[in-house]
Amino acid sequence: MDVVWFVVLSAFIFCIGAAGVMTRRNPLVILLCLELMLNGGNLALIAFARMHGNAEGQIFALIVMVVAACEVVVGLGLIVAMYRRKIPIDVDSMSELRG
Amino acid sequence: MLLEQILFFIAAAGALGGALGVVAMRNPFYATLSLICHLIALAVLFLLLQAQFLAAAQIVVYAGAVMVLYVFVVAYVGGQDEPMRPAGGVAAGLGPLFAIVLLIEVAIAVIGSGLSALDTQGAKLGAGFGEPGQIGELLLKQFLIPFEAASFLLLVAAVGAVVLARRRRGLEELDEGAAG
Repeated sequence: MDVVWFVVLSAFIFCIGAAGVMTRRNPLVILLCLELMLNGGNLALIAFARMHGNAEGQIFALIVMVVAACEVVVGLGLIVAMYRRKIPIDVDSMSELRG
Repeated sequence: MLLEQILFFIAAAGALGGALGVVAMRNPFYATLSLICHLIALAVLFLLLQAQFLAAAQIVVYAGAVMVLYVFVVAYVGGQDEPMRPAGGVAAGLGPLFAIVLLIEVAIAVIGSGLSALDTQGAKLGAGFGEPGQIGELLLKQFLIPFEAASFLLLVAAVGAVVLARRRRGLEELDEGAAG
């Protein structure tokens, strides 16, 4: 398979994730869509690693996975804290910081 | 060769279908399950790109551990269906438009980059490319500082999540006082 197929697929996945971040209101689903965007980036990194025959891109992708896991853990902690304080799980209703 | 192409198109369809499912499902629980399908299809694509270790890590760490965490939080918070936006909302119209503009922009970047190597199968690979041995050697020799930074980041995230999500006695009394 030509490398360009993988790169185009990663672009599609990234854009679907971006559309989800823009349109969804549940923070849980927004986190899932962020995962989609990070995975699109990962796929491109690994495709370019294959293109150059150099495994350093794979190390990059591994670090991105670690950062994604951290982001998920902190985001889910925030959502649980919101639930405990009985704040509705909806990004549109979180407007306390609005000026 | 033909088998590789068939596998690519099956896995690509799975990855795109899973991604669309995440965005389109109104119940967060189904969105999470759909993301698991997406991640497994993506692991197959990683295998096609000779990234064996990353494919295994993707299934074990992502589709296994992280998604179990998601499912637990969705079950705890309650996966209620999300009400649709009121019709004619600005963000509901702008979101997909933004995504299409982004896709066109990225497509122009890919086509216009003129990378001749994009249209080939990629460079010739040495033996053991992408295997745990090579990844481990790179991580512990060339990329030791990023590796340690990543482990420290994981520690900070774990402690931070515990601090964020723990029960605070003071706050709950405050809430009860406000309600009563």
